Parts: sequence; structure tokens; C-alpha cells
Amino acid sequence: MRSERESFDVIVIGGGHAGCEAAAASARMSATTALVTHRFSTVGAMSCNPAIGGLGKGHLVREVDALDGLMGRVGDAGGIQFRVLNRRKGPAVRGPRAQADRKLYAAAMQAAIQETAGLSVIEGEADELIVADGRVTGLRLADGRELRAGAVVVTTGTFLRGLIHLGEKNWPAGRVGEAPAMGLSVSFERAGFKLRRLKTGTPPRLDGTTIDWSAVEMQPGDEPPEPFSVMTERITTPQIQCGITRTTSATHEVIRANVHRSPMYSGQIKSSGPRYCPSIEDKIVRFGDRDGHQIFLEPEGLDDTTVYPNGISTSLPEDVQLAILASIPGLERVKMVRPGYAIEYDHVDPRELDPTLQTKRLRGLFLAGQINGTTGYEEAAGQGIVAGLNAALAASGAALTVFDRADGYLGVMIDDLVTRGISEPYRMFTSRAEYRLTLRADNADQRLTEKGIALGCVGSARTRHHRAKMDALNAARMLSKSLTITPNEAIKHGLSLNRDGQRRSAFELMAYPDIGWSQVRAIWPELSAIDPGIATHLEIDAKYDVYLERQSADVEAFRRDEGLVLSEVDYSLVPGLSNEVRAKLEKARPFTVGQAGRIDGMTPAALGILAAYLRREARKTSQAIA
Amino acid sequence: MHPRDQTIFALSSGRPPSAIAMVRVSGPQAGLVLTTLAGEPPAPRQASRRLLRDGAGQSIDDAVVLWFPGPGSATGEDVAEFHVHGGRAVLAALLGAISVIPNTRAAEPGEFTRRAFDNGKLDLTEAEGLDDLIHADTDRQRRQALRQLQGLLGDRARDWRERIIEASALIEAGIDFSDEGDVPSELRAPAIKAIKALHDEITNVLAAQGHSERLRDGLVVAIAGEPNVGKSTLMNQLARREVAIVSPYAGTTRDVIEVQLDLDGYPVTVIDTAGIRETDDPVEQEGVRRARARAEDADLVLWLVEGGQAVDPGALRSVRKSGAGDRPDGAVWIVRNKMDLGAAGPREGFGISASRGDGIAELVEALVKFAAEFFGTNEGALVTRARQRDLLSRSADSLRRSLELVEEGEELAAEELRAAAYALGRLLGRVDIEDVLGAIFQKFCIGK
Repeated sequence: MRSERESFDVIVIGGGHAGCEAAAASARMSATTALVTHRFSTVGAMSCNPAIGGLGKGHLVREVDALDGLMGRVGDAGGIQFRVLNRRKGPAVRGPRAQADRKLYAAAMQAAIQETAGLSVIEGEADELIVADGRVTGLRLADGRELRAGAVVVTTGTFLRGLIHLGEKNWPAGRVGEAPAMGLSVSFERAGFKLRRLKTGTPPRLDGTTIDWSAVEMQPGDEPPEPFSVMTERITTPQIQCGITRTTSATHEVIRANVHRSPMYSGQIKSSGPRYCPSIEDKIVRFGDRDGHQIFLEPEGLDDTTVYPNGISTSLPEDVQLAILASIPGLERVKMVRPGYAIEYDHVDPRELDPTLQTKRLRGLFLAGQINGTTGYEEAAGQGIVAGLNAALAASGAALTVFDRADGYLGVMIDDLVTRGISEPYRMFTSRAEYRLTLRADNADQRLTEKGIALGCVGSARTRHHRAKMDALNAARMLSKSLTITPNEAIKHGLSLNRDGQRRSAFELMAYPDIGWSQVRAIWPELSAIDPGIATHLEIDAKYDVYLERQSADVEAFRRDEGLVLSEVDYSLVPGLSNEVRAKLEKARPFTVGQAGRIDGMTPAALGILAAYLRREARKTSQAIA
Repeated sequence: MHPRDQTIFALSSGRPPSAIAMVRVSGPQAGLVLTTLAGEPPAPRQASRRLLRDGAGQSIDDAVVLWFPGPGSATGEDVAEFHVHGGRAVLAALLGAISVIPNTRAAEPGEFTRRAFDNGKLDLTEAEGLDDLIHADTDRQRRQALRQLQGLLGDRARDWRERIIEASALIEAGIDFSDEGDVPSELRAPAIKAIKALHDEITNVLAAQGHSERLRDGLVVAIAGEPNVGKSTLMNQLARREVAIVSPYAGTTRDVIEVQLDLDGYPVTVIDTAGIRETDDPVEQEGVRRARARAEDADLVLWLVEGGQAVDPGALRSVRKSGAGDRPDGAVWIVRNKMDLGAAGPREGFGISASRGDGIAELVEALVKFAAEFFGTNEGALVTRARQRDLLSRSADSLRRSLELVEEGEELAAEELRAAAYALGRLLGRVDIEDVLGAIFQKFCIGK
């Protein structure tokens, strides 16, 4: 695994969730790949809460899995409490989530990295990007080693000039106890990238043996647990319960009395943190009138007594953190293993990127994860896999690939980032996806695996599995559409339909709110031969059929514009554009006509002119070739 | 159906009023639009004269129509052109009649050009400078639309935008943050309440806006006052002005009791209440009956007094009462006649001399302004109003479906709410998911 080679197709800097997916995806694409990380033993570390998935995020995990990525399978290996969130709501908005055993998760991730053919791990500190003619050609390490590469993926997380804040103290660090990356920021600035600061935080860690578990409500996971990966048959890791407690008015008193000692409020931290992941001091300042705020007590592992108190991220001084904990039911006598803290780090304005995640400024350079202003393991992994795929394609000289807003949450996230930029760390929500009913966690493989196979990032085992599943699904769909019944016949089965004499198929019947698979199977016994998993897919598709049709028309129109690639256009050569529009296009450098349309102030006529210009240029090119 | 596959229409000539106006229709339904309004389509690319009737059979105008089946048309799609008389009433009727045909909608600025490009119909050299033109046009139209919206709907527009964000925030919070301790598990009830209120309000506004129909009937102005203050003289002055008299309705051979004027493109009917009298002629009786009814419901009353005469408050009160309910204060104007006789006394209202024509120009100018405000039609507004109605009714439809679906699935209700916000957003400014998320984070303490 350790490599003496000095030249690679792709180098990935960083061994977090983005870096692991990027490196593994690149290697699956048959690019010789190096993963550069400070210490291999920290690969797959969960810096913040020990959980994978959730609402919106679960979609991303399934999409990474659909492209044969690691996160889903590793999550299945490390998961100790699986729950599908929104189980009582519609399938489009359900989100698989699992709490993970930190050690099991990291071990499974490290094993997956080691097992990946063509992937080398290099321990060291990345110090400087080597640049020639506007292209990244390699990497210099802090110890002086130089590595050559066709493409470089940077996934530095919170390490880029990371600065930890704990009460009145602060010190440079990437994670607690780990050195930050200082040199790379200089490389970025030298290349002209605008770096900005973001902030995030983490709660204290608790000694679970000192928690009074009898005083808190317990929450079990789903039975049976539903895995993330389509390649996981069932979860074999033992499952645990979590505790739920709340802050009290005493907690709020402590925080109010000490809020001036929080670096967020003393002015020590100026950068913005996420609104949806506020520190407990933020919650009290903004929502202090609530009688209490919920806290989930999440065990960090099966043989680890550490507990993660989800909901009280803080950067207040240690003594205040202890006072806060003592005021919470069940935690009166708790021992704090490690205090919570806030961390500030550098990120690059994601509008510097193409939707391939290659930077516009330096070709051959790809960025993924928190460096692009996102937050969350799943968001990082999603970008990592796209950056890794494209870095491998770039290194081989092939055309890069884009996941668009109709492909999946991957595309929604990347388009949001590169088109609109960010003002706070970006997190995935299902409400961000305009084709939400189409892009579901349950059909991620149906949407993406075939594309992954075509790109070359899906292994043979998954390819076989996928093709067999699709064959079964298509056969079942055809069968369910071929079996029909009249309203009069339906009455005999206890179903009352509009008596219009119309025959309706089994598939159509399932569109009715109160008719499901079990009812249609009772009418047509031959449907019983269909695998229950396949039947569930059919049932969901039938329920959403009207909407899916409408959305597919929308998608078709959307893709007409997404197919028109603008990346190389010199706008000064496009006649007919107003100066105002031209300036906007030059500043934003949209990748496609579709993306241009999402820039403020673009006119339909300007888009028409761009479309016509591309068509004319294409005609010229094809004539030149002929 | 996707907006891009819908059939679009727009006034493609300059601002009304004009001698001739051209309305262009492009898209798969263009042929249906043509046959609905003009009967059998004429031979392709040949001008043909037709009487246009709306769906109810009501005649609209005597027009020249052209039929360009795609792809041999300007946009590459089926295109119908209607060349009509360029008065606002005719255009309002025509655009209204087209808009009620399914899958048609008012074109966005620049959309014909966009379709032409999409279908490879325009060479780039032809487009030189076009964007500047359309861009300027878009800005003007956007400003207009906003101004008009404010005039027409007051602060309600902004209020709607906030409320649709609010409703979306409730629904989306229930979906995206259901695992958060501080988000109540039951957000549907307040969401339903918010959506219902929004739906009802938009529906009411749509129902109350009879303006495009009124454009056809015209603004009714009654001249009233004590005997012998010069009502008939004023009437004759107005009728004698250069403004076109569309149809003088004679009560007797001597007096015109009703005259339809075209004031800067606005149809205005002026009624002289003095001309209303008992008569034995059955034809005339019917005319008198109608004139009386219309005067009672007049949109504006010119209360004529002599020179510096004080206005009798009792008479004024009775004028403010109308058949349809109380008139707003602004809809009763005091007009002081015979100012040339040098009368002293109060000076409020308009001062004119009906016999010499003094002050008539100012009065006409004020009438035009009143008409413009009444119809809510400043330049280009005919087109923007058709678009507004279209977007508002689409938004209302989506809100209604959202209510119907909320029990079946919040994500389905959310889908319709998104469509409603999109339609409303095109009217009021985009409703972005960031706005919705902002509302959620403000309202609920999100973040475990």
C-alpha cells in the first residue's frame, strides 16, 4: 500500500469523507491514485457526530452507493442504530439514517481504501500545489517530496488554516489534537483564489458510565434495520438505543450569564456558521423563550463509553460547559471526556468551480467537501465521488461528466454551490430538490448506477446485481400494467372505483390512496411471484405516477438547456449581447445555457442568442472537420 | 404541460392605442386559437379578412388574419396573426378570448425570439442588438408590472409573497426537520389555514377584477347638477372636441343624451342626465331607461354648479349614493361652469366655461388620467394584465390542489405549493427555497 512511486494519474489530498470517496472513485476508474493524508489511522474519522444519513443526506448516501462508492457499505458495517426518518410520510421524503460506531466505521473505511486496487496511501503534509501553464501538475509535501499528477483533488475539510476556539482561548488545528494545513492556503492565494472563512462547532463528549440513563427517555432503532447499500443484504452489527433529554431553565440561566465568554459573542469569531446547526448559546440567545431544547445522547460505539450529546454544540469555556451539563436531567454527575469547541477554517468560493468540481482558475485542480463551503459527511462524500470521477477522466484526457439537478441530489447540491455560492455552510435538504418526487432515496440506483457503469466507476459485482434487479423491475412493471380490471369486477374485490366502464391496470389501481400492493395481489395471484422489494418500487412509482410524468416533461425541457455547454465561449465574440449581460456572463462563467438562466438578470433573448451562437459554432466545427 | 410547450400570445405591435395592432400566437394551439376566433383557417401565408368572435360568440373586431403553419413560420412553430383595430377595448377582448383557450398563456418578454432561436429560425446577424432592445423592454415591463400591481392590488402583492413563503415554510419544516425536537409534529393545521386564506384572497381578487370586461363597456361618466347650469353645453363641448365620437345617442333631435368617446384609447361614455326625460316614443323610452340606469351606476359624476355657487351638501350626498353602493370621494367632481362671467365665491373643483370652451382641455386631460387609473392600464398594461391574471389563476389552482392533497401526502401538497410559489414568484419576484429555509430557521430552533 505504501508507495515509492512519485507519479500518479490522480492525487487526492485529505482522508476524510470527501477524500476517501474521491480516491476510491478515481481508482475504480483505473487511474493510478494516491491518497495523501497526515496519518492513515485518522482515515474515515467522524469529526463531529457519529451518524450517517438523515433527511436529504440519506439521499446523498444512496447516490454515492449507486455509483459504487464507499459510504453506504461502510455505514452498514459501522451502523449501530438504523432509522428511516419520515417513515410515516411519503417515500420521496424519507431519509435513511444510522448512528455509527466510530471505530467500526473508521476500520471499515480504512479496509475499503486498502482493498481498492490502484490506490496508494501517502502519509505526509501537503504543502504546495505545483502549477505549470495554468494547470496543476503535482504536489510538494512539507518534507520536500514532490509528487507528479495529471489531476489533484483537494479535500481539506476544516484543516485549511483551521483555528479552534474554546472560550477565551484559540489555537491553530485541523481537528482537536491534529495539526492544520497552512501551506496549501498560500498556494490557493497565489493562484488568485478568493478564500473566505467559515465556522462550525462540535459539542463536548461525555463519559457514558456517568450518565443516569434511568432519567432519560430511550429511543430504539428500526426493526429490522434498513441498510444504506443495495449491496448489503442485512445488518449484522448489534444495535443500540439512544437517550433523549432536554436543557432546562437552569441551563439557560448558565448560558445567559456567560454568553459574553463565547467567542461567537465576544467578537473573537467573525465568520458565519450554519443557521441549522447553531451552538447552544445561539439557541438560547435566539430562542431563549422555549422551555427547553432537545438533546440526543448518542453512544459513540459498542465498546466505547463515550457519548455524543447531539444538540449542545458550544464554544463556551470548559467551566461553563461543565455547569451546562450539570443542569441537564441525567447528566447531573456526568464526566466530560473532552470539551466542545468551534473551529474556523478557509474555504474557496464554490463559484470558482465548474459543475465537474474542477476549478475554472487552475485546470487539473478539483475541490470537494468543506473547502467548497459545505457541511456534513454526506455532502462531502457526494462531492468527493464526483471530483474523483472527473479527476480520473481529466487525467486520462477524456471528457468530464456532470450530474445535473435532474440526476440527483448530487447535481442539486453541486449546481447550488457553483451557480449561487454560499453565505453559510451548505447542507442538503429535500426541499432544495425541485424534482423531489422523482429523486428518491429508494430509486438512487435506478437513477444513477447505469450512468456509473457507463463511466466505468461501477465494479462487476454491482453491475451484475443492478442489471438483474432492473430486469426484474421492468418485467414486474410490464406485468402490473398488463393486468386490468373493470369497475364492476373491482367491486367483487371490495374496491369501489368510479363506474365509468374504464379498465384499469394493477399499476393504475395503486395510484389510489387506499389501494396498495396487497390489494392488487389479492386480485391477481400471479403478482405474488414478484419479489417484495421490487413490489415496493412499483407501488411507489404508481403512487407518484401523475407527478413523475409531469416532472419528466419538466426535466426534458430543463435538459435541453443543460445540453448546451458554454464553458469555452468568449462572450466578446458573441454578437447581440448587451454589455450588462455580457459582463454578468463573464463574471459567472456559467457551464451551460441552463446554468446561465439561473443567474440573476439573464433575459430569455440573451439565452436564445447564446443557444444560437453555440449552434452556429458547432456547424462551423463540423464543416471544418468535413 | 411545460411552459415551453404551451402556446404563447402577445401584442406584437406598439403600445395601444394605435390604428392597427397585431397580436401574434405561437405554439401547438395556434391553429385552435385561429379556428376558435375566426372560423376556418385561411390558406397559409395569405391575408384574409374575418370577423373575430370570442368563445361565447360575442364579436370582437373585423380583422385581418394570417396563418403560418410550422415550421415555415417566424418561430418555427404554428403561428397565427391577428391584425385588429388598435383600441384598448378590442385588444382586451382579443387577448382575453385567447387566454381562456386551454394551454395558452401570455408570452414572456423575448419568448418569441427564444423559440425562433430554439427552432433554428433566426440567424445570429438578425439578432444583433436585439437583446438590448428586449432587455430595455423587459425592464420597463417589469417596472410597469410592479407599478400596476401596486396600483391594482395595493400592499396585497407583498403580503401574498410573504404568506406563500410562510405556508411553504410550515410544510417544508414538517418534511425536512421532522426529526428536530423543536419543530412541532403537527404543522399541517396552521399550513392549511395559511394556504386556504391565500387561496381565498387570490380567488376573490380574480373575481373582483372585472376590468377587462369594463374596458369593453367603457368608463361611464354622468354630468349632473341643478337645471340650467349648462350640462348640455358641457356635453356638447365634450362631444365637439377632436376626440372621436363613437356613437352619439340622440334623445331628441336637439340633445345628445349619451356619447361614447375614445379618450386616448379609453372608451368613455358620457351621459347628460338633463337629456333624460319622459317620452312617448317607445324606442326613445328604452334609450332613456338604459341611460338612467347607467347614470345611476356611473363610475364618475361631474357635478356641475354655476360659478362661485356653494355646493348644496344634500345634493352632493345624494350624488355620492349610487345604484351599486357609495361612490368613493374621488368619483364625484365639482365642475364650476360660467367662470367667464367672473363669479366670486368658492373655487374648489374645475373651473370651465362650457360655452367658450375654457378649461375643457384640462377637464379632458383629467378624465384621461382617471380612465387610466380606473382601468389600471398604463402603457403595455393590457399585456401584463393578461399575464397577471393567468399567473394568479394558476397560483390559485395550485393552492387549491395543495389543500386537496395535504392529507394524502405532505410532499404532494408541497409540490403544488412550489408550483403556486413559482407562478406567484413570476409576478411578485422569485420565491426562492432560500426564502423558505430562512423562514423556517427564523421560526423554529433547528439544529441538534
